[in-house]
Amino acid sequence: MRIVAKGLTYTYNPRSPFAVQALKGVDITIEEGEFFGIIGHTGSGKSTFLQHLNALVRLTGGYLKVGEYDLSSKKCDVLGLRAKVGMVFQYPEYQLFAETVEKDVMFGLKNFCRDMGEEEMRSAVREALETVGLDYEEVRDRSPFELSGGQKRRAAIAGVIVTKPEVLILDEPAAGLDPLGKKEIMQLLHGIHGGWCKTVVIVSHDMDEIAENCTRAAVFSEGKVVMEDTPAAIFARSDELLLLGLDIPVTAKCARILKERGIALDTDFTSDDLIRKVLAAYAARKEGRGC
Amino acid sequence: MEAVRLENVKFAYREGEGSYAVNGVTLSVEEGEFVAVLGRNGSGKSTLAKMINALLIPTEGRAIVFGLDTADEKNTFEIRKSAGMVFQNPDNQTVASIVEDDVAFGPENIGLPREEIGRRIGFALDAVGMSAFRSATPSRLSGGQKQRIAIAGVLAVLPKIMILDESTAMLDPKGRREVMDVVKKLNKERGMTVIFITHFMDEALEADRAVVMHRGETVMDGTPREIFSRSDELEMYGLALPRAAYISKKLAEGGMPVGGAFRAEDLAEEICASLQKA
Repeated sequence: MRIVAKGLTYTYNPRSPFAVQALKGVDITIEEGEFFGIIGHTGSGKSTFLQHLNALVRLTGGYLKVGEYDLSSKKCDVLGLRAKVGMVFQYPEYQLFAETVEKDVMFGLKNFCRDMGEEEMRSAVREALETVGLDYEEVRDRSPFELSGGQKRRAAIAGVIVTKPEVLILDEPAAGLDPLGKKEIMQLLHGIHGGWCKTVVIVSHDMDEIAENCTRAAVFSEGKVVMEDTPAAIFARSDELLLLGLDIPVTAKCARILKERGIALDTDFTSDDLIRKVLAAYAARKEGRGC
Repeated sequence: MEAVRLENVKFAYREGEGSYAVNGVTLSVEEGEFVAVLGRNGSGKSTLAKMINALLIPTEGRAIVFGLDTADEKNTFEIRKSAGMVFQNPDNQTVASIVEDDVAFGPENIGLPREEIGRRIGFALDAVGMSAFRSATPSRLSGGQKQRIAIAGVLAVLPKIMILDESTAMLDPKGRREVMDVVKKLNKERGMTVIFITHFMDEALEADRAVVMHRGETVMDGTPREIFSRSDELEMYGLALPRAAYISKKLAEGGMPVGGAFRAEDLAEEICASLQKA
């Protein structure tokens, strides 16, 4: 499913003293198959945009099409769309609610796949839990609130992916986790990306995470998309990002200083690439001196 | 003076099951120290923190705060006054609809006279750089601003220790910076003892000392630089090096004469130096 937005606008509390225009004409195209990153300050409009993608916020201005679903049309099949576009909010573990993990994960299925039998549902739940790295037999009858922080996050994600959405949107999926937990969540996303889940869209404040994981990214600022490109091309414009008050990856910070010292590295700003390029430069210089 | 002394403390959420969230920690924190506490989710960091201000009483062992044993109920009030706590979610820590009322909550509860409360609010908001927001509505502030209000609320009680339990986890980079700057300033200028629980390795670099917890025990304790130079151990405990340190380590493994950088700036310096020498 290709996502295309043109001139998307949205105002909270319109026609009131508290009116805030959150989106001021967003243009963006996310191709099917991408692992797309969304960057931007708190208040830049990222969340408002994301909530448009499965019609949690109804379109009031501009054009938005998600696959065959035209959200600009009043006749848009919202339930159909929501079954195909899964949304994992920030700190999704706060939304766990049922008495057992199995019931919690099954909730989405009961709403989206009403013709599915009980047995079929159970096996879908098992698959979802196993996909996120939880042992079905071990956790199915446990209260989700007894799980550890990282496990709760996974259980909550299982509750969204159980319907196998084609597009998975996650708002800061790794926030608040320890370094290993972060790594595991990203591995989990890469694991499902490319299968039934064709497109992944993540919001992250962690620029290293964007540099290491995304095929392309968009930078939101004051309700607009100000950059849309590969992470390599975006982080090559570090000066502009810093002017926008955004962070840049450690690799970009380092490359920037090296550039000032006359050492230009053609890197894509992933750690591995920077390491390779620096080692190559080092080897080249050593060899140069050896001659 | 010793601010906190934990003597072989253990804590079990369900007694009798034999599984301890904190399992025999002995730790001493001096007044004025800035200690970062690292560890995986579920390693016992928050449980440990809650034992320092008597929100939890050790199942075994003793927790002593400025000479007072937390197990003695007579001390609870005094201990909570001297050890203030800031939590993770800024939205769960707001009690009033106006900033100054929110900050007044603590001083009101310890029964201070009205004028003194006013002075305390002024002092606390000034210390966190939020004086201009005295009459603002907390729900309309940014995450970093809300956390600074939460810190002000704790400060207004004039604590000697401030415990921050992943208080930067839900903030964006700018908010994180704001909170860290305020905490550092309180530590440096007012000698506030700080216990800072975090998952951000780069934040730990700003502390005087870092303690790593694993399965309810303290497994590493030293300056952040010492801790991060033991990368194999860190990895074993599910933690990671700050990214610059990771890159530096990989470059050294690739044969470059570098090592020891923890920040992007230092990394660039050492790369530059070794390229020039090559």
